[in-house]
Amino acid sequence: MSDSLAGRMPGPPRTAPSYAGQGSSANLADILERVLDKGIVIAGDIQINLLDIELLTIKLRLLVASVDKAKEMGIDWWEHDPSLSSRAQPSATAPAAPDPALSEENERLRAEIARLRAAAELPAGQEADAAARPEPAEQETGRE
Amino acid sequence: MSEAEMEYVYAVGPGGLALDRTAPVAGVDGGTVRTVGGARGLTALVSAVPADRFAEEHLAPQLEDLERLEAIARAHHAVVDAAFATATVLPMRLATVYRDQTRVAAMLDEQHAYFEELLRTLDGHVELGLKVYAEPRAAAPAEEPEPAGASPGRAYLQRRRAERRRAQDTYGAARDTAEQAAQVASALASARAVHRPQQGEWSAGRGENVANEAYLVPRQHVDRFRTELGALASDLPGVTIEVTGPWAPYSFAGGVAS
Repeated sequence: MSDSLAGRMPGPPRTAPSYAGQGSSANLADILERVLDKGIVIAGDIQINLLDIELLTIKLRLLVASVDKAKEMGIDWWEHDPSLSSRAQPSATAPAAPDPALSEENERLRAEIARLRAAAELPAGQEADAAARPEPAEQETGRE
Repeated sequence: MSEAEMEYVYAVGPGGLALDRTAPVAGVDGGTVRTVGGARGLTALVSAVPADRFAEEHLAPQLEDLERLEAIARAHHAVVDAAFATATVLPMRLATVYRDQTRVAAMLDEQHAYFEELLRTLDGHVELGLKVYAEPRAAAPAEEPEPAGASPGRAYLQRRRAERRRAQDTYGAARDTAEQAAQVASALASARAVHRPQQGEWSAGRGENVANEAYLVPRQHVDRFRTELGALASDLPGVTIEVTGPWAPYSFAGGVAS
C-alpha cells in the first residue's frame, strides 16, 4: 500500500504481463470495478451500504469529484450509466443493446458523418478513432 | 474490542475457514485479519477499523479520495485474495462495516441460506478476466512508404487515409476477436459477466479496450482457458487479448442479499 497512486501516475502505465496475476500487482481499475461494482451487497450497520442508488450516487460523487484522475485510471462508468448521465449510451460490447433500432440509426448516422468527413478530409480531433468507435463528444459539431 | 472500533467484513466462507498463519495479510489500515464464526457453519473474515474513520459521516469523503480509495480497495482485495487461495469465499462489497462481531455473527446466521447456496454454486470455480484491446498504431508498418513524386500535401492526405483505414481494420479485427473470444471462453465457463470497457491511462499502453468481461471458470479449465484465448490474437497486428486472474468470484457473487 506504500506505492501511492500519486507516486505512480506520472510514469507510464505499468505493463502487466499477458496473464497478469491477481495479487497485489493487479491493475487498480480491475480491482475497483470488482470491489466497488461487484461483490456481495449486504446491509451493514454503517449506512454507507453502497446499496443500489446509494452506490451509484457515491460512485458518481467520488468519481466526478476528480474526473480527470478517474479518467486517467480508466474509470468512466458513470458516463455509461443511464441513471447517472444524459451522455450514457449502451456499451458497444454489451451482448444486447437495449434499443437496437435507435443504436443502429445512430451507428448509421455516425458512419455517414465519418464518411463525409473522410471524403472532405476535414480535420477532426481523433477522426481515426471516431470513425471506428464514435464518441458523442466527437460528433457534436457534425450533427448540428 | 474497544468501543472505538468496528468490524470491517471482507468475505464470507464456509465454516472452519482458516487463515494461513504462515503468510499473514494485513487488513484495511493495517488491521489484523480474524475470523468470526456464525452459529450455522459460516465464517466471516473481518478486521477492526477505527470507528471514527468508518462512521457514516467519515466514510464517504474517504471514498471520494482516490488515493484513500485505492488503499482501502487494495487492502480489501488482498484479504479476499489470500482467503480465496485456500477456500471458496464470497467477496463482500467494499466498506461493509458492522458495529461489533456479534452483529457480524448475526448477519452470517440471517443470510445463511443465501450464502450457502452461493458457496455451493461457486465452489470449484475461479473468475478470469478477459480484455480485448485494439491498437491501430501497433498495426502500422515499421516504415511508411513515401509515395514517390507526390506533393507534400497529397502525401499527407494519403498517409491520413491509410491511418484511418488501418484504424477501421484494427477495430474491426478487435471486435471480431472479441466475439470469437466470448465464444471460446463461454464454452469453457459456467457463467459470463460483462464489465464496461476501461479507458484512459490504464489501458493506454495496450490501446483501446474494446471488450472487458469476466468468466466463471471451473478450476480444471483455467489453463485451457488461457491457452485457447492466448492463441486467438497472437497473429493479429494491433489486437491483444489479456487474461487476468484467477480472481475470487467477485463478478458472480454479486446481487443484493434479501
